[in-house]
Amino acid sequence: MKNIYLIIVLAPLLGAIIAGLFNVSRRVAHTVTIGAVGISFLLSLVVFKHIILEGNPAFNEILYTWLTIGNGSFSLPFEVGFLVDSLTAIMMLVVTFVSLMVHIYTVGYMHDDPGYQRFFSYISLFTFSMLMLVMSNNFLQLFFGWEAVGLVSYLLIGFWYTRETAIYANLKAFLVNRVGDFGFLLGIAMVLMYFGSLNYTEVFGYVQQNEELVQNATINLIPGYQWSIMTVTCILLFIGAMGKSAQVPLHVWLPDSMEGPTPISALIHAATMVTAGIFMVARMSPLFELSETALSFVLVIGAITALFMGFLGLVQNDIKRVVAYSTLSQLGYMTVALGASAYAAGIFHLFTHAFFKALLFLAAGAVIIAMHHEQDIRKMGGLKKYMPITYWVSLIGTLALIGAPPFAGFFSKDAIIHAVAHSDRIGANFAYFAVLFGVFITALYSFRLFFLVFHGKERMDEHTRHHITGTPKVVWIPLVALAIPSVLAGMFAIGPMLYGNLFDGAIFVEHSHQAFHADDYHGWFFFMLHGFMQLPLWFAAAGVGVAYYLYMKEPDLPELIKGRFDTTYSILIDKYGFDRFNDWFFAGGSRNIGTKLWQSGDVKWIDGVFVNGSANLVGWFSSTVRYVQTGFLYHYAFAMILGLAVLLALFVF
Amino acid sequence: MLTDLPLLNLPLLSLLVWLPILGGIWVLMTAGKDDAVARPIALLISVLVFFLSLLLYIGFDTQTADMQFMEKHAWITTFQIYYHLGVDGISMPLIILTTFSTVLVILAGWEVIQSKVAQYLAAFLFMEGLMIGVFAALDAMLFYVLWEAMLVPMFVIIGIWGGARRIYATIKFFLYTFLGSVLMLVALLYLYSQADSFAILDFHKLIIPLDIQKFIFLAFFAAFAVKVPMWPVHTWLPDAHVEAPTGGSVILAAIMLKLGAYGFLRFSLPITPDASRELDWFIIGLSLIAVVYIGFVALMQQDMKKLIAYSSISHMGFVTLGFFIAFKILANPDLTNEAAMTTATMGIEGGIVQMISHGFISGALFLCVGVLYDRLHSRQIADYGGVANVMPRFALFAVLFGMANSGLPATSGFVGEFLVILSSFQANFWIAFLAAMTLILGAAYTLWMIKRVIFGKIGNDKVATLTDINARETFFLTVLAIAVLFFGLYPAPLLDVMHTTVQNLLVHIAQSKVI
Repeated sequence: MKNIYLIIVLAPLLGAIIAGLFNVSRRVAHTVTIGAVGISFLLSLVVFKHIILEGNPAFNEILYTWLTIGNGSFSLPFEVGFLVDSLTAIMMLVVTFVSLMVHIYTVGYMHDDPGYQRFFSYISLFTFSMLMLVMSNNFLQLFFGWEAVGLVSYLLIGFWYTRETAIYANLKAFLVNRVGDFGFLLGIAMVLMYFGSLNYTEVFGYVQQNEELVQNATINLIPGYQWSIMTVTCILLFIGAMGKSAQVPLHVWLPDSMEGPTPISALIHAATMVTAGIFMVARMSPLFELSETALSFVLVIGAITALFMGFLGLVQNDIKRVVAYSTLSQLGYMTVALGASAYAAGIFHLFTHAFFKALLFLAAGAVIIAMHHEQDIRKMGGLKKYMPITYWVSLIGTLALIGAPPFAGFFSKDAIIHAVAHSDRIGANFAYFAVLFGVFITALYSFRLFFLVFHGKERMDEHTRHHITGTPKVVWIPLVALAIPSVLAGMFAIGPMLYGNLFDGAIFVEHSHQAFHADDYHGWFFFMLHGFMQLPLWFAAAGVGVAYYLYMKEPDLPELIKGRFDTTYSILIDKYGFDRFNDWFFAGGSRNIGTKLWQSGDVKWIDGVFVNGSANLVGWFSSTVRYVQTGFLYHYAFAMILGLAVLLALFVF
Repeated sequence: MLTDLPLLNLPLLSLLVWLPILGGIWVLMTAGKDDAVARPIALLISVLVFFLSLLLYIGFDTQTADMQFMEKHAWITTFQIYYHLGVDGISMPLIILTTFSTVLVILAGWEVIQSKVAQYLAAFLFMEGLMIGVFAALDAMLFYVLWEAMLVPMFVIIGIWGGARRIYATIKFFLYTFLGSVLMLVALLYLYSQADSFAILDFHKLIIPLDIQKFIFLAFFAAFAVKVPMWPVHTWLPDAHVEAPTGGSVILAAIMLKLGAYGFLRFSLPITPDASRELDWFIIGLSLIAVVYIGFVALMQQDMKKLIAYSSISHMGFVTLGFFIAFKILANPDLTNEAAMTTATMGIEGGIVQMISHGFISGALFLCVGVLYDRLHSRQIADYGGVANVMPRFALFAVLFGMANSGLPATSGFVGEFLVILSSFQANFWIAFLAAMTLILGAAYTLWMIKRVIFGKIGNDKVATLTDINARETFFLTVLAIAVLFFGLYPAPLLDVMHTTVQNLLVHIAQSKVI
């Protein structure tokens, strides 16, 4: 198996190198990278069969020793290796499948772009990095993958590097992620300090064997306060997840990342990279389970993100930004699941979300091409008749997103709400309210978007209307391929993922935190029927109803409401002021500090006072002392006599 | 077996010191004739010296902490001064870094330097020999003489081939470093009076009372802190870099700064371990100021070279932090002896890795600025913009080295910072916290510069006329890129040579020298 894993990881890297560095033709670039990712996907299917269907034990091996600290008895190795268990196998399948679809789609989407080869090189490099991240068996390699996907995200957001907005957005994305990584790295340092290793198996083994010890151990960060090391470690690690998975307040980079080409919004900023934080926390479940406080923190952050980012989706008019806010909100749902100890439900939602959100983004991309790069939904409408395939797959994606049965999102979202309802952790009540009300909001903004784009009056100008282009094959095939799991993934996966023993050994949940019990489960169909008697479904239905009323029946009403709730509207348009605050406080503050330290610290004090000052002092002293050397003999004689007198005086008294 | 090579029986270190110097004289003799002769000769010599230095790696025994490739000849017998050379796991990699950088610098100046070519190349060859001598010297007087002699070629390089304010910069550079090293001379003379020998290894064995240790420590500090440079004696560096020609900046950043850090390891730590332990907070404090304060200052620089210079100071903060955090770790009562020794090793080894890595990365960044400067004759960020449009190949390298400077994993820039942050955590959460600020600050100042210079629309008409890097420039940037990526992906070979030496040093400094 080791060779298979190596091929899965290295094939996309090779593809990226060939497409990026060797000045190849467009044809070669996409053939090589699609071929490479295709191989990775097929082999990931083999792995899926091997690990999940056949239930073989996890693979955990070291590839090479990155470096060793010291030698003899005082040594510590840092290694690179793979851990492939059920959790990893699922992530590998998601990553390679969505990546393959995006590769194919890109052939059509980036058809006229001069940076064609570069783009393929980047997305293949991304696939490599993401696979390294999910297949890692230690914190070091995790961090490597973590930063590498961040790098590719940076490169892709700024893909059109002549656009000022794009290169602003990519710098912002990188720096905000670095704030998260700052916490993450400290968390890793803490893991090494208290658990003595960076290898997952060793760390989790140590923690489980010394549960009592690590739960009682404390760290003294501020004199007088003792904090549990588990809480501090988990919160630090989670800060990393907040950066990558765009949780409030580190979410600010994700909406701006829409400056990148649409295929990468689907691949990186919806389906895979942004879910790395969710994956990481699920992977670290043996640590998180030992800190109620950290889990409450996770729960509350997730709930805030799920609800408040959903609101923002209501007022956006850029098709991609609506989907982006919806991604933020859904990431919040996943985080809530983690916080409620329902890691499996979080991963389940990650799994279904990857398909339907990639689908929605790619469909949005298809709309954008058809509209000749118009992204404002106020200038769309009635597109159903021009692009039927896109219409139908978008409908599937939207229904999956709002959690309509029997689409994939229904099962995963219901599971999360179920888990939160059963949690008695601090913050769970708030989280329950947030995710429940969030369902309404999700349905509202999703169908607002859907109706405004595909139904109603055709609001584009005449010129655009005449040139609406159909959807080429390379674009619609991936859409259909993603639509299939958007329908089916939920019903097939819910049993094994939530109620089966699929994640045994990969995800660890304290017995008392279990939200899903195999006895309560009687097949996906009954789960669905049960859903009809639950609140969430009716909240979703209400959302669709309101959207229908506002945007189909009474299309003038939204403007009226906007006028009525002016303050609320401006807060939402202002995105709660996060960007303004960050620009003023962090960006502006840093520039100010930098200027002050430079101008007054370095220039004025160190150079001005000390360096040049001492030079001036020497100059002044010399020029003063110079007057003593007059050249007149009697002056010198006088000085000698004076000196003699002083010396005599000293001797005598 | 490679270790049986007959070449290894040559007096390798002497060859490495004298071959460049004699070569420099040869190059100098061609002065005034044809520049086309001087360049290939200089290149030939530097390449030869580089390959010779690789023999040090091949023949190096990683199992012993003793000095290797030792040579000892009487020099000034009245004062027991010897011509005494040798290397251990700390100095050996630095010597190879020196020979490597010299080749690149000679290539970098190939078409660019048109006036006094022979003298320019000779100055770099002299410098190479002298710097190797400093790293290899085991006699304190020999060390001191070479240490001071090294200033002369650098003084000349900046003073003759430098920019407009070169005289101010050279004098500042000279006075700063010279004043520092005079105090070191006093300390060395005192140590001689105690040990009755100028052998550095004899100094290591001296028993010295704590008060005197502190004076000696501070005297060494004056010399080394200026070279590193540490805050607040760093202000000569931005000026020197700005005025120096590209080659001068590369050598300054890649090698000369390392000499200060090397001095801490060779002199301060082993000779005055108790004073180092007593004053560790002082060095750690200054190192953190370097990381944070200088990081903020770097953010606001308008001149690319100044920005990289400040970035160098900030990155060198990790070196001194890694060295001195070892004392805090050893004193941490929460750690077992084993954990403390391991993580203290991690700090020191992390610091050394950072030295090597910074040599590559800062060298590469200065070369990148040089590439732009050769074309537009400006170092101001504002004079560029959208360079990627006209120089895509160059942009690839600039972004790669920018990322390495931001400490991205898989580049060498990550390794040292990662190890030093991990080990600082073992001493104190807040030290690690401040050190880890570099993750944000380093990325901010580097990538903001990249954004303004490389990305965006073509900034002005001059930028539109830029031509992409030629084969020669591609070659030296590729070599550096390979080095940066190789040691990022597989740093083990670099660390493996230093384990025994570093652990021997740690055992040595863990023992008190005060009776």
